[in-house]
Amino acid sequence: MNFKSLLMSTAAASVMLGASSIAATSGSHEMAPCDNCANEMTIVSWGGAYSASQKAAYDDPYAAATGVKIINDESSAEAVAKIRAMNEAGNVTWDVVDVVAADALRLCDEGLAEEIDGATELAAAPDGTSADDDFGALRVNECFVPQIVYSTTFGYRTDKVGDTPPTTVCDVFDTTKYPGKRALQKRPIDNMEWALYCDGVAKDKIYEVLGTDEGVAQAFAKLDTIKGDVVWWSAGAETPQLLADGEVVMGSTFNGRLFSAIVEQKQPIAMLWDMQSFDLDGWIIPKGLSPERLARAKHYVKFATDTQRLADQSKYISYGPARKSSAPLVGKHETLGIDMGPHMPTDPANSSNVHLYDYGWWADNRDDLDAKFQAWLAK
Amino acid sequence: MVDQTASNSQLQAQDNVSLLTTHDGQPLKKSLAKALRREKLRALLLIAPLLLFIFLTFILPIADMLMRSVENDIVSNTLPQAVVELQAWDPQSGELPPESAYVALAADLKIAVKEKIHTRLGSRLNYDKAGMSGLFRKTGREMRKFDDNQPAKDQFISFDKDWGEIETFTVIRRLSPNYTDSYFLSSVDRERTSLGVQMKPENEQIYIKLFIRTIMMSILITLSCVLLGYPVAYLLATLPTKSSNMLLILVLLPFWTSLLVRTSAWKVLLQQQGVINDLLVWIGIIADDNRLVMINNMTGTIIAMTHILLPFMILPLYSVMKTISPSFVRASKSMGATDWTTFWKIYFPNTIPGIGAGSILVFILAIGYYITPELVGGTSGVFISNRIAYHISSSLNWGLAAALGAILLFLVLALYWVYDRIVGIDNVKLG
Repeated sequence: MNFKSLLMSTAAASVMLGASSIAATSGSHEMAPCDNCANEMTIVSWGGAYSASQKAAYDDPYAAATGVKIINDESSAEAVAKIRAMNEAGNVTWDVVDVVAADALRLCDEGLAEEIDGATELAAAPDGTSADDDFGALRVNECFVPQIVYSTTFGYRTDKVGDTPPTTVCDVFDTTKYPGKRALQKRPIDNMEWALYCDGVAKDKIYEVLGTDEGVAQAFAKLDTIKGDVVWWSAGAETPQLLADGEVVMGSTFNGRLFSAIVEQKQPIAMLWDMQSFDLDGWIIPKGLSPERLARAKHYVKFATDTQRLADQSKYISYGPARKSSAPLVGKHETLGIDMGPHMPTDPANSSNVHLYDYGWWADNRDDLDAKFQAWLAK
Repeated sequence: MVDQTASNSQLQAQDNVSLLTTHDGQPLKKSLAKALRREKLRALLLIAPLLLFIFLTFILPIADMLMRSVENDIVSNTLPQAVVELQAWDPQSGELPPESAYVALAADLKIAVKEKIHTRLGSRLNYDKAGMSGLFRKTGREMRKFDDNQPAKDQFISFDKDWGEIETFTVIRRLSPNYTDSYFLSSVDRERTSLGVQMKPENEQIYIKLFIRTIMMSILITLSCVLLGYPVAYLLATLPTKSSNMLLILVLLPFWTSLLVRTSAWKVLLQQQGVINDLLVWIGIIADDNRLVMINNMTGTIIAMTHILLPFMILPLYSVMKTISPSFVRASKSMGATDWTTFWKIYFPNTIPGIGAGSILVFILAIGYYITPELVGGTSGVFISNRIAYHISSSLNWGLAAALGAILLFLVLALYWVYDRIVGIDNVKLG
């Protein structure tokens, strides 16, 4: 699979060069001037540590170089609905929006996002590789410019699992060995796949099985075995909190959230990387901008997704850069001084067994499976 | 207008003799009506800005949203020719549509792909049949290979085998009218199949259950607000001013605090490693390994929402109780009634308008609540509004969200009507 081999090569490169910790140099980058561009722009993202990393790696250097006034909005969680509403009202107030790949697919399908030409509107790698080749399969469609690879994975309380910490995702389904509550995201995506995997379905057959009624029933039957022990979360910050409070012994969330709970807040939590589910985050530009604003947005995206900028972001947060050429530049954490390589979801030690979340499949089956999942939850 | 003059002239004919007129010779009745009408118009002018504002920001958006629950012109707009061809085709025949339908589909899709609207249609059809979104996206990519001189049907089936499925065309044909009842059917767990309207499979039924749960829990929350709020309002109304002011501040302070803060506070209190459980374990009432589950379920939602909505019950009750003269109670007691009889026969009936007002406020607010159930409701404590929010912000199925919202709106109106019949809306006093 294209996607997988790309992720693996990204990982390999990050270890080969990242482990020898080549310090990231904020090399000066020749930026083409932006003609007839707006002087103000609104950038929408997720808030928290993630927005802070983008501000440090992209916004501040961009504003310094161009003098553009950047307004930050933290509405990415409801970006799809808001962009559609703005588009219908004919008043688009956002210029660049950070969304996950599945949302980018929806926005592009609905004709709500601009297409961005990889050859002319994105920066090539330093060695001349075109942007499209550098991103490879991570550019899930023409509207989406990926930034980071993150994963949804498990963390567990080190003091509540005894002498035998969990090693596989199936330990989540083992309530006799690891009694206590587990936190899972309140959506079918990932949970259904993990359930099937732990019920003995081969990894490459998961979506084939999930496409049948029997497969769906099988996944729910497996989830039924832990249903009474699950706390369902809808915001990524909930799991670290639940773990810190001791409300759950293990829980899934985004790996960056666990990184900050473990490394920055020194909580007694450890990562369980097995069957982590890779996902992507990146930029889209909403349709319906004036020519000046569109030019500004494209100019920003070209700058913010070049090789150096993507590598810079990983100094602030443990998400892997989406460009192959950025991997060797990943260095140490800006303030803590620790090597970021081993905390990246793409690190080979962490990614020996990963789950590749299939966007296309979910785009087709999400409405259907979500209805079933909600009915199952309410049962 | 015509009626009025007609009846006026009749009146004139009847008592022509005794008719009172103003100084300019007009009948007094007519002149009065004219003056009153002018006054009414002037009053209307005064509130015209407000009416206009409400119309533009409230009535229009609601009407627009309600329209979305039945609107469905996307199919006939995107595939105008294919829709006509498919009307002539009989899905029951067991055969695929004729070649002409595929040719029309190709012509429509070529335009749609150029305008990049085919994927939007795919998302719409996907609500009714899983896989349509992928089918249209894939076909859109393949359309540039389409050769007009080759048979269209075979080419489509080579693009994706779903184009060889009768079901695909049945769905397109069924959704081709400009208005659809499919969203409303989905909102009551039903669907239209070739056999007519049927219940959805059991593993997809959810909305009726959620509607019933929303109403039952809202009633429960309203009742607990009455039970908890009544004594507090009574104290507020009867204590000396100094202490009652203090108490009023205690009621209002949480009212002014952010909803999110109060909900999170309940999380801290109610969770298994939370304050209440810790306290109970420390006292020794419950064992450490047997802590109570009071959050992420129905209990959590009812406790948190009762607390949040309590001021809406206390304040109307208080303002009604304040107006009940203490001499009623004294008179009753002086005539030998017991405390209970005095309360039940004299005091309580006087507070019913306050209970009515408080209950309506709390119930209507509760039935549309969304944030608190989302945060503390787990799976057994979520409301229908959580699904509406999901369809607005995540699945983008606005038609279904609008249909669910419309049903909720009509449920509230129906309950309001029942309330009016039983209690009487005149019997409500907000202050």
